[in-house]
Amino acid sequence: MADVAFEATAKTLAQLCEQAALAVTNTMVKDLKSIKHRVSKEISLKAPDAEKLLFSFLEELIYLKDAELLLFSKFEIGVKEAKGGFELAAMCYGEKLDMKKHELLVDVKAVTMHHYEVKQSKSGWFARIILDI
Amino acid sequence: MDLEEGVISPGGIGFDINCGMRLVTTNLTEKEVRPKLKELVDLLFKTVPAGVGSSGIIKATPAQFRDISVDGAKWCIDQGYGWKEDLERTEEDGAIKGADPAKVSDRAIKRGLTQVGTLGSGNHYLEIQVAREENVADKKVAQVFGITEPDQVVVMFHCGSRGFGHQVASDYLQTFLNVMESKYGIRILDRELACAPFNSKEGQDYFAAMKCAINMSFANRQVILHRIREAFEKVFKRDSEDMEMRQVYDVAHNTAKIEEHHVNGKRRKVLVHRKGATRAFGPGREEVPQLYRKVGQPVIIGGSMETGSYLLVGTKEGMDLAFGTTAHGSGRTMSRTKAKKMFRGDRLQKEMEQRGIYVKSVSFSGLAEEAGPAYKDIDEVIETTHQAGLSSKVVKFVPIGNVKG
Repeated sequence: MADVAFEATAKTLAQLCEQAALAVTNTMVKDLKSIKHRVSKEISLKAPDAEKLLFSFLEELIYLKDAELLLFSKFEIGVKEAKGGFELAAMCYGEKLDMKKHELLVDVKAVTMHHYEVKQSKSGWFARIILDI
Repeated sequence: MDLEEGVISPGGIGFDINCGMRLVTTNLTEKEVRPKLKELVDLLFKTVPAGVGSSGIIKATPAQFRDISVDGAKWCIDQGYGWKEDLERTEEDGAIKGADPAKVSDRAIKRGLTQVGTLGSGNHYLEIQVAREENVADKKVAQVFGITEPDQVVVMFHCGSRGFGHQVASDYLQTFLNVMESKYGIRILDRELACAPFNSKEGQDYFAAMKCAINMSFANRQVILHRIREAFEKVFKRDSEDMEMRQVYDVAHNTAKIEEHHVNGKRRKVLVHRKGATRAFGPGREEVPQLYRKVGQPVIIGGSMETGSYLLVGTKEGMDLAFGTTAHGSGRTMSRTKAKKMFRGDRLQKEMEQRGIYVKSVSFSGLAEEAGPAYKDIDEVIETTHQAGLSSKVVKFVPIGNVKG
């Protein structure tokens, strides 16, 4: 009950990653528009399946929030199937966290495995994520 | 868990490893503090960073951070952040043995590097409270714990291992997921409770890494205590020793520890996972500091920012009932989403101020999520705990000032 849960849907896996990433940022900052695109960061990941891919991507964003105090509000993401699973390449745009500029909400500790799901259907992709805050 | 045949589970401990509570007394009364309360809370809001991405005064190098993960609160005392007696009044004397920074990822260290001395957010807080005479349930034990005067002002705070602990837990959750079934044939329903045999390489590696996070959290709370003493000194223009700002105790409530307990009539060493649960050892246990051993371990249970918190004492009965364990808080009645819909942070702040509680929060939204009705009635929870024999009431504290992330 003290966690935050959301569901994301999108046509492609890349778009799903983008939507989920925006949701994670939005959990921490009230207005995504307040995060300007002063900094860009490249993230490249490989994973054996879509579930692990999204999980690792969101984990990386949470890591950057603490290690480099970076928050992102725009993502350009490409996902392709590769040998052994999936590859993700993302360009993330944002800036350093600033209490005066960004209305901060709650700190995200981690993505949990609790009810975590990523699945594909005829209409597209779906993810259920519960964040530990 | 049996040490030979049992498992260890990061999810069974919690992502905020050694999230815990620390309580400090003063010899100030409410009457002395009230005129300077706003100034004090505003200063604490500045000097004890809270909220997303907050960084503390310790600018540790990775090597120093590794030292902190082994020496815990002792590292802080050696650097001048606290009093030697604080260690004795901390669970595990402020540093649990067996921490191995080699078992911790560089990512975890990078996440935690600047966070020693920070509160975090969510249900983490720093609160100035008063022990009213009518709220002292056990005068004898209260005296032993340092609650000696009517309307005595105390400070209680709640926080953990921040990004460092979260990353350690996340890292090992993935490690365990990769080996749990394939290597050890363990199947579970909820992947969040992934585990490995305690006696396995992965299990022992996590145990050593978890201890690093436990120690970092003790260090975190030690630095915060130092900042609280500094703030009181600045506002009241007196030495913190003169104001007798003594630590009562520091308890952890997300850990796994090897302890000796009676199981089916025999004394055995077992691994006890406590997640959102406080150790509450009774009188006579060697783990309880010498100065408290006759009465039992101080137990700190937090309520909501509107209602108050409790100091209790561990009982002999509780050792047999629940491996010497009790609650860590009152528990929520509603989700954060529902609380945000029902309450407005700015309105809540004004209402609380009218009722004599001055709260400063990084986020109004976060404040709404922590509204009193979002939590169960602490008095009922404590009464139940007391009646069940898990721990015994000593004193209730009422809040007058609060800092929230």
